[in-house]
Amino acid sequence: MSKHWPPRRQTSRVLETLEVLRQNQTNQAFRVLETLKVLRKVSRNALAFLTFALVVGTLPLWLHSPYLLSTAIFIGIFTIVTLGLCLLMGYAGQVSLGHAAFWGIGAYTSAILTVKLGVSPWLAMIIGVAVTSGVAYLIAIPIFRLREHYLAMATLGLGIIVTLAFGEFRELTGGPSGLPGVPRLTVGSFIFDGDVEYYYLVWGVVLLLIGLSLNIVNSRVGRALRALHASEAAAASIGVDASRLKLQVLVLSAAYASVAGSLYVHYMQFVSPHAFDFGVSVRLVVMAAVGGLASVWGAPFGAAAVMLVTVLLREALPLVIPNASGEHITIFYGLVLILIMIFMPEGLTRGVIESFRRNARS
Amino acid sequence: MPNYDLSNYLQFILSGLSTGSIYVLVALGVVTIYSVTGIVNLAQGEYCMLGAMLAVTFIRWGLPLGLAAAAAIIGVTAIGVLIERLTVQPARSASSITLIMITVGVSIVVRGVALLAWGTAPFSLPAFTKGPPLDVLGAAVSLQRLWILGTAVVTLLLLYFLLERTLLGKAVRACAINRQAAGLMGIAASQMSALVFALSAALGAVGGIVIAPLMLASYDMGLMLGLKGFVAAVIGGLTSLPGAVIGGLLLGVIESLGAGLISSGFKDAIAFLVLLLVIFARSGRFPNRLGRRPARAGELAGRGARPTETRP
Amino acid sequence: MVKWNRSVCLSLVCLAALLLASCTPAAAPQATAPTAAARAEAKVGEAFAIGVLVASTGGAAALGEPERDAARLVQSQLEAQGGIIGAAGLRHPIKVVIYDTGSTADTAITLAKKLINDDKVVAIVGGTTSPESLALVPIVQEAKIPFISAASSSQIVEPVADRFWVFKTAQNNRHTAPQQVEYAKAKGLTKIANLYVNNSYGEDGRNAIRDATKAAGVEIVIEETFEAADTNMMAQLTKVKASSAQAVLVTAIPPAAAILTKQYRELGLKIPLIQNHGIGMKSFITQAGPENAEGVLFPMGKLVAAQALPDNDPQKAVLLNFIKEYEAFTKNPTSTFAGHVWDGMQLTLKALEKMPTGLKLEEQRAKIRDSIENTKAFPGTGGIFNLSAQDHVGLSANDIVLVKIADGNWVYMPREKW
Repeated sequence: MSKHWPPRRQTSRVLETLEVLRQNQTNQAFRVLETLKVLRKVSRNALAFLTFALVVGTLPLWLHSPYLLSTAIFIGIFTIVTLGLCLLMGYAGQVSLGHAAFWGIGAYTSAILTVKLGVSPWLAMIIGVAVTSGVAYLIAIPIFRLREHYLAMATLGLGIIVTLAFGEFRELTGGPSGLPGVPRLTVGSFIFDGDVEYYYLVWGVVLLLIGLSLNIVNSRVGRALRALHASEAAAASIGVDASRLKLQVLVLSAAYASVAGSLYVHYMQFVSPHAFDFGVSVRLVVMAAVGGLASVWGAPFGAAAVMLVTVLLREALPLVIPNASGEHITIFYGLVLILIMIFMPEGLTRGVIESFRRNARS
Repeated sequence: MPNYDLSNYLQFILSGLSTGSIYVLVALGVVTIYSVTGIVNLAQGEYCMLGAMLAVTFIRWGLPLGLAAAAAIIGVTAIGVLIERLTVQPARSASSITLIMITVGVSIVVRGVALLAWGTAPFSLPAFTKGPPLDVLGAAVSLQRLWILGTAVVTLLLLYFLLERTLLGKAVRACAINRQAAGLMGIAASQMSALVFALSAALGAVGGIVIAPLMLASYDMGLMLGLKGFVAAVIGGLTSLPGAVIGGLLLGVIESLGAGLISSGFKDAIAFLVLLLVIFARSGRFPNRLGRRPARAGELAGRGARPTETRP
Repeated sequence: MVKWNRSVCLSLVCLAALLLASCTPAAAPQATAPTAAARAEAKVGEAFAIGVLVASTGGAAALGEPERDAARLVQSQLEAQGGIIGAAGLRHPIKVVIYDTGSTADTAITLAKKLINDDKVVAIVGGTTSPESLALVPIVQEAKIPFISAASSSQIVEPVADRFWVFKTAQNNRHTAPQQVEYAKAKGLTKIANLYVNNSYGEDGRNAIRDATKAAGVEIVIEETFEAADTNMMAQLTKVKASSAQAVLVTAIPPAAAILTKQYRELGLKIPLIQNHGIGMKSFITQAGPENAEGVLFPMGKLVAAQALPDNDPQKAVLLNFIKEYEAFTKNPTSTFAGHVWDGMQLTLKALEKMPTGLKLEEQRAKIRDSIENTKAFPGTGGIFNLSAQDHVGLSANDIVLVKIADGNWVYMPREKW
């Protein structure tokens, strides 16, 4: 079975029973046991969630550098996109090498509607989600027929085509120079124009979406997804509708990315095609892989890890190598990536948990 | 759109074929690695870049062209083996996504080191033979392009000879067909892995050196080359060498014709659209409704898929 | 799990050796000797910091690297001199803080905040690409700090009312495009092809050529584009060959411009090839090959033709000096982009020299902005700068000359010779 359910020693017998009882879903005992298990998992997740929310919420109070606060805002935005990607790649098992395109579609829709048509930013965000979800729905049908590397290539191709379109339709998108002058988000008379306010806005959305994702992952849908990832035919044999599930996850991840795109443009007040090209899609996959594909928590940790590596290197390298500059940072970033993938292939989240478990056992 | 005559069409096709030959050389490297190890090597283009840059450096140090090219190819082959030993060997039992991420990391590091060592300025290599371009029915074909086509052909022949006629080559093919069975016959998977990386690196280096006189060598030339070569390999089926050849040539010609007949701004988009069409066509189905077709065993998983990934 | 064996360890050793060999930092260059002994004797005042944001890695590294080198040149000169002499006769050490944006706009934003709040710089120079510079505009406007961009898009400094704190040292394509068109018209070539690289720089040039041709009554019969990283323009050039164009006007920078020139000759196109100031670097000739670059014309800031200028030209001394120092410092030929950042830093330094002491940081920034905006008759590499409240670039068409490449060299082409 999939690695997502490592049976705990003390409850392994219970879970073995669960597997047997699974066949008969109307069994009363099964229901009781399952509720208990879910409750335990819920309380574990709830604790993690609350701790996380606490840390995130108090960060601006002691982080006084606008530079780091601004970085934290971008980490939040990347987290939202990566969250959808983790769900798609880790749980539904569909590789996406063009995910930045969804991010870009949400961003450009928000930008174009607010700059050229004067639409309210919130409405533009909702329209963005609708448009991006629509695009995801349309491509899902042909795409999910493909397997493995063909799927990866198709997403890659689509991502590049979308980026090229951003640059080509100049009257609409401003072309390669980009579209400046995007307004800020406002609620009533309150404008989100300071870094602190924007930080809370972005991370509020992050917490909301993490909660939503945890909910999905721990529900019946989540289990169906994991079954699907492990073996599509076996999942089909117990009544899991593969195509519909994959479609739903793709649309959901596209919606997440779109929200992130809108938040992005209203923070930068600017949008350009280069921010959504193939390199960015790869970076998103790196964030997901580094954080841990099959884990909702992998998204914030992966995004933070990838961005903080660059920040740290920028501070630390000049102390070790005099005259160190961007090239050195790039090289070390690549080395760190390789090392993480070799030593912690399941991603940082699981890798760290595993190393704690190993230390606890010995 | 201007009025085209035969010589213009011929020009589009001929220059498309020469660009396509470059994609072929990169695609051959991608296919070689994938079919034996199951790794999608996104750093393939960097071998081309290293080959070209090393050749330029050796020529600056005073070596004649032939010697510089040979030294560059040997150097890049050694680097390929080094990369394989350091990054692929320790992680060889990891999932394919992890391995892809590792190749991404490798390409970042190699590009960064190249940027540090050579800077951003592009270098030019002198053309292999001097002389004006040939006139083929009104279309111009520079001598270097003939070199590219010729090199691709010779490389293919050498590869064919290696794989079909030598024991080593047969071992590689056995590994590609079924790694476990090959292991049972005494073919060490890790040695094969190093061998195919060396082979791909050499192929990439040859490609880089032969196009440098035409298209200048710079630290980031590997990016687009690797991507397009990869696309060509996928068009050809990712596990088939003849497929890689057809894919590369097809991609080059379609790009050229697309830019000429439709729009130059969408040149890259056209190439990827074609990629998508080919992928969907190859998968044997076009979308109808949100159907209930179960996955069929073996199709598209690719011959030569790693034995650890079983399909129902 | 990780499987270590002998070959892996051996490879590690080789790799470490390779990396060590290539990771040595750029040789610490020799700065020019301090000029006046008086500098060493002046009393020391407060230190200032100037921030530089350039894309020395990523897609725009070809532009950002020379820009960073120019900043480093200024940095080493300031270190050798011990800083500048301020308005009160005190010597102020200057720290130049250089960050790499990786050619991404969001990194540019976070690094700008670092410069503004943590490093407390008095001005920011750089913003290699137009998207980066445009993204920085709201940040510097809000933080009230002067920003001198090295990028090309005219949107960076327009509308001037919303760009109080933003300046630009790069020539507008608006000034160089008319020269390209005028030359064609003077030669009786009224049908032209408009080729441009597919990014903001190329777009800007394409629009400028469109405007110039409309004004001059010249017709654009075909427009084609290509990517900055493209290595194959045969299709586009074949279209041009098949069209009725009598001259080809190009907006691009090397390597694309060099490859285009090679393929231009390969196809046997005989009509005049008129490029723009993007190829204003000697390496263009080596890249394209002297036999291919022969006969290419392009308008340029006077940097390129420094040798050929008359001795009383106010820019000549500045230019020759810059060329000499830059090439000694970096062992690379000069480039216009290096010149843009150099000009930006010189403008800032000049403003610092005039600034009264004892001001708070916000006041310092405001004073420097005012100084820059009122700079008149300042000879830089891009031209003679005359800035004003309505013109935050300050260059004019007088600073542009036409140059022809002949025998692997630049030949100044005054109008009489056209």
